[in-house]
Amino acid sequence: MTKQHQNWSPYDNNGGTCVAIAGADYCVVAADTRMSTGYRAVGCISPFTGAVRQKLGMLRVISHLGMFGGELGRADKSLMASSGFQADVRALQKVLAARHLIYQHQHNKQMSCPAMAQLLSNTLYYKRFFPYYAFNVLGGLDTEGKGCVFTYDAVGSYERVGYSSQGSGATLITPFLDNQLKSPSPLLLPAKGDKLEIVVINADGIRREYMELRKD
Amino acid sequence: MKLLDSTDSGNSSSIERTQYPYVTGTSVIGIKYKDGILMAADMGASYGSTLRYKSVERVKPVGKHSLIGASGEISDFQEILRSLDELILYDNMWDDGNSLGPKEVHNYLTRMMYNRRNKFDPLWNSLVLGGVKNGQKYLGMVSMIGVHFEDNHVATGFGNHLARPILRDEWHENLTFEDGVKLLEKCMRVLLYRDRSAVNKLQIAKITEEGVTVSQPYALKTFWNFNAFQNPTVGAEGSW
Repeated sequence: MTKQHQNWSPYDNNGGTCVAIAGADYCVVAADTRMSTGYRAVGCISPFTGAVRQKLGMLRVISHLGMFGGELGRADKSLMASSGFQADVRALQKVLAARHLIYQHQHNKQMSCPAMAQLLSNTLYYKRFFPYYAFNVLGGLDTEGKGCVFTYDAVGSYERVGYSSQGSGATLITPFLDNQLKSPSPLLLPAKGDKLEIVVINADGIRREYMELRKD
Repeated sequence: MKLLDSTDSGNSSSIERTQYPYVTGTSVIGIKYKDGILMAADMGASYGSTLRYKSVERVKPVGKHSLIGASGEISDFQEILRSLDELILYDNMWDDGNSLGPKEVHNYLTRMMYNRRNKFDPLWNSLVLGGVKNGQKYLGMVSMIGVHFEDNHVATGFGNHLARPILRDEWHENLTFEDGVKLLEKCMRVLLYRDRSAVNKLQIAKITEEGVTVSQPYALKTFWNFNAFQNPTVGAEGSW
């Protein structure tokens, strides 16, 4: 059967930027909440597993991988922020969440951040020949309680770094972080979109904040 | 409990199979209002550039709590309705007092569209899913490749370009039913003037906690005596 419609693409780029920075005993992860297609803004991303939000500007792509037991606080070890093609991002979040739940059933504990990092890499490579068009950063605390950030490409190659950014704003943010983070400094991000969602993980648990952004 | 999959019947020879749409519906618009969701779509289905069918219902109720509106290939919409029918049937057969709400139906649709996209054989539709359950209003959209989101107002196709700017300006929380209908009619009128696939026969559907009402088909009043329409080429001689 011949291909009939060459113009159809299974991918779309819904934009978005994410950043993560690791500290001595904390990790900060942030992402914008705007979704777009072509040059049009379309909406704000639907909620991640578990939470129901009424306002616009819901959690775009930060998938809270420790959320399933309903527990917060110490139990939550990893946070994944993703940009790119929203349908693939969502599918990826669901796959990882399901695998994490199975892990919890089998091992009676949460996955550590380095373990989740490996799982994300393997999950992405599994679809090496029809990739998830998702650009991810994973942030959290490692087994010693130190902040860790892992950065990925779309097919799963990853490395642990002190900070990273992915997505449409990455080319703007990365040089800025390179300049500022020769030594640790407060989180300052140039960004656009409806809101910026910032999540901080440290020994006390997880804290979430929102900042309004330029609306253009 | 295995739900039937229409692609199950062993057609493994054609791994890649994208499509052209043949009979298509144009925009659907949905908004949240005070009591629930309002959704509007015209009743046209085009066969390429011919406005072939003029009594196609493109907004349908789903179960007790949801409304679905579709643009794109009508036959794919009919298949989606069949799958949803089966979904609701199995849900009812549990007979446990629970019923699938709009969020659940939206999630099901998203998975269905995404899975077909993964097989390179998409359902060629953009779907609007709205509903109310336990006082919570929900309005979401799914595209043919599985991109999905929810919002206070959504539109498919040309509606994205022509209707959403109007909605962004004039939508607000707690619209009354009358104001909501007026707003939708304003958007549909613009689409009627400017979208060549639009027909002047539309239905507006409403869903609230109490249930679904789909209006009788009706036509919008149009006015073609604007000065700009009188001598349209006066600013560009030789144009048409």
